[in-house]
Amino acid sequence: MSGREMTGAAIVLKALKDQGVDTIFGYPGGAVLPIYDEIFKQEGIRHILVRHEQGAVHAAEGYARSTGKPGVVLVTSGPGATNAVTGLLDALMDSIPLVCLTGQVPTSLIGNDAFQEADTVGITRPCTKHNWLVQSADNLARTIHEAFYVATNGRPGPVVVDIPKDVQFATGTYVGPGQAGHKTYKPQVKAPTDVIAEAVAMMGAAKKPIFYTGGGVINAGPKASQLLRQFVEMTNYPVTSTLMGLGAYPASGDNWLGMLGMHGTYEANNTMHDADLIICVGARFDDRVTGRVDAFAPDAKKIHIDIDASSINKNIFVDLPVIGDCAHVLEDMIRVWRSKSVQTDKPALETWWRQINTWRARKCLDYKKSEKTIKPQYAIERLYELTKDRDTYITTEVGQHQMWAAQHFHFEEPNHWMTSGGLGTMGYGLPAAVGVQLAHPDALVIDIAGEASIQMMTQEMSTAIQFRLPVNVFILNNEYMGMVRQWQDLLHGGRYSQSYSEALPDFVKLAEAYGAKGIRVSDPADLDEAILEMINSPVPVIFDCLVDKKENCYPMIPSGAAHNEMILGDDQDGAEITEEGKMLV
Amino acid sequence: MEEILEERHTLAVLVDNEAGVLARVIGLFSGRGYNIESLTVAAVDQAAHMSRITVVTNGTPMVIQQIRAQLERLVPVHKVVDLTLQAPSVEREMALIKVACSGEKRVEALRLSDAFRARVIDTTHTSFVFEVTGAPSKLNAFISLMRPLGLVDVSRTGVVAIARGPEAM
Repeated sequence: MSGREMTGAAIVLKALKDQGVDTIFGYPGGAVLPIYDEIFKQEGIRHILVRHEQGAVHAAEGYARSTGKPGVVLVTSGPGATNAVTGLLDALMDSIPLVCLTGQVPTSLIGNDAFQEADTVGITRPCTKHNWLVQSADNLARTIHEAFYVATNGRPGPVVVDIPKDVQFATGTYVGPGQAGHKTYKPQVKAPTDVIAEAVAMMGAAKKPIFYTGGGVINAGPKASQLLRQFVEMTNYPVTSTLMGLGAYPASGDNWLGMLGMHGTYEANNTMHDADLIICVGARFDDRVTGRVDAFAPDAKKIHIDIDASSINKNIFVDLPVIGDCAHVLEDMIRVWRSKSVQTDKPALETWWRQINTWRARKCLDYKKSEKTIKPQYAIERLYELTKDRDTYITTEVGQHQMWAAQHFHFEEPNHWMTSGGLGTMGYGLPAAVGVQLAHPDALVIDIAGEASIQMMTQEMSTAIQFRLPVNVFILNNEYMGMVRQWQDLLHGGRYSQSYSEALPDFVKLAEAYGAKGIRVSDPADLDEAILEMINSPVPVIFDCLVDKKENCYPMIPSGAAHNEMILGDDQDGAEITEEGKMLV
Repeated sequence: MEEILEERHTLAVLVDNEAGVLARVIGLFSGRGYNIESLTVAAVDQAAHMSRITVVTNGTPMVIQQIRAQLERLVPVHKVVDLTLQAPSVEREMALIKVACSGEKRVEALRLSDAFRARVIDTTHTSFVFEVTGAPSKLNAFISLMRPLGLVDVSRTGVVAIARGPEAM
């Protein structure tokens, strides 16, 4: 392919355009000035100026998760790159495709402790799927195209392309994206037919089956969610999901048991525990899900569908690994199921569902209602009821509010729920909401937050104002780092060491200072009207919802306990937490 | 619970010979807490820019499987072969061993080196440098025999390994 000569900085913009990029999240600095100059000279790619590089990465994550397209980040060398690290690891843990371009000091200064120099590829190596230091303008286009390929193929993830300033100024040859494919990285998307056949046979023979689905279904695209729904309907098997997989199967579906794991439902966890077959689709048997590993689903055979072979047998030994993309594998399984006219064991399933319905009857998500104070669960319930008929996207911060959102907000569609699952990054929600709103200008975007988490990235409200993004921050304000306090109650004798949110800002005034709208509610009677006011606001809103300060998040599997040892509420003692369990917080 | 025994495995890893590839492999082992008993690396195909890494590690079968899967998903990795599972294979290591001694001990060192087919590659009136090649256990045995005779320095290459038979890895 004959290419065109242009500067490295121009190559960057051309490569991004050829990759179909319409939005970059970034922050300028000395080592990326030539690229910013090119941004100035062009139209077609929007640059969203964030207020902190971590915010740029989370915003790109929100954009990526709500669209299925890779998010793009541009930051400068040194502190620009190190500030991005938390976001990169967040994206790695949750398998979010991102391409992060970082400026670097000129090649002649690398290793000299130059101003704003950092060993970016060294620092980000364990925080990315792959990274590159580009040493010549001639390699730049090829490397950026390769970066997009690696970020989006196989198990998605973040990549970094580190570009020294002299490479941005130098002239090199531009080459186009060319053919898809890679010299060494060729993930297997289709599973072998004999493996598919065995999986289908195991499923047909099951008496107490359950689908355990995860973020992999969302990452495999909307088709995977459709196939999952179809397969659940064909089999009438129950389905649960991890935090990351919410929305793949609709919460209104008859076979939905709710989320599983540490703050999952009683019915989901007990069904997992007593199952004789677990069909894991795009989930990874993470420690928040399994509880005590040696007591995890002791009688179940396990089928594990995952595109990443390194997820297989990492935490839990499985009987049948199926390596492939969820959509491809589900499609093949459904086809084989049909062609062999597999019949489920209907009498056994009936007994199984009867058992499951007794667990459902415990109504584990119920809580004590109050007319005096707003219960946090009630706030989420009302938020759901008043927004469910709109195109609503929810992001969260990390903590109790996140778990309440997962439990009480009901997701019907994939890509509508963005939360920091693997890394558990406080501060994720607001910048992620910015990214979501940019991708979906007419949608209703709400960051369900805590008063502590929101303060880690509040500055991104300024970004929302600048780009006229009407995002809403719905703070469940209990004046505590609630999840920390809950664990202090559970493990440390109620000694609330440093978990009280002292010296909180006045969130209404804070909103107003940014040019946003501030709303505060403390009376349950006023809640609905206030939520409607937030929804209808044309400008961003910070909603300070003063909730019951003492409420804790249940149900709960204490760390180190088994799925059938859940605590359902404050007044119930659960399993004794072992010394080993204490380590697992 | 029954204890699952650790096994020693030798892995051959074919990688792109590019900057940072060794750091990726070593970082994977240190970051995930896997053991490295020995690791060797050198370019094996200059034209194709390929290097071969031989890692000797130990762990439970589940951990060994993890190590292999984690290595395989590194972008510059072409291929990973578990030479212990895909037996038979041959392993060799080389060591340079310096022994300082005189008189009877000097004669004894030379006699033992002969038994181990070690070669003398440097000598002074008061020292030898032996070159010895073989399985790691043979090297260990030779080194422990040299200790009472005046062992002063050891340099070992780590294990290199290759599968037997006509096939490439």
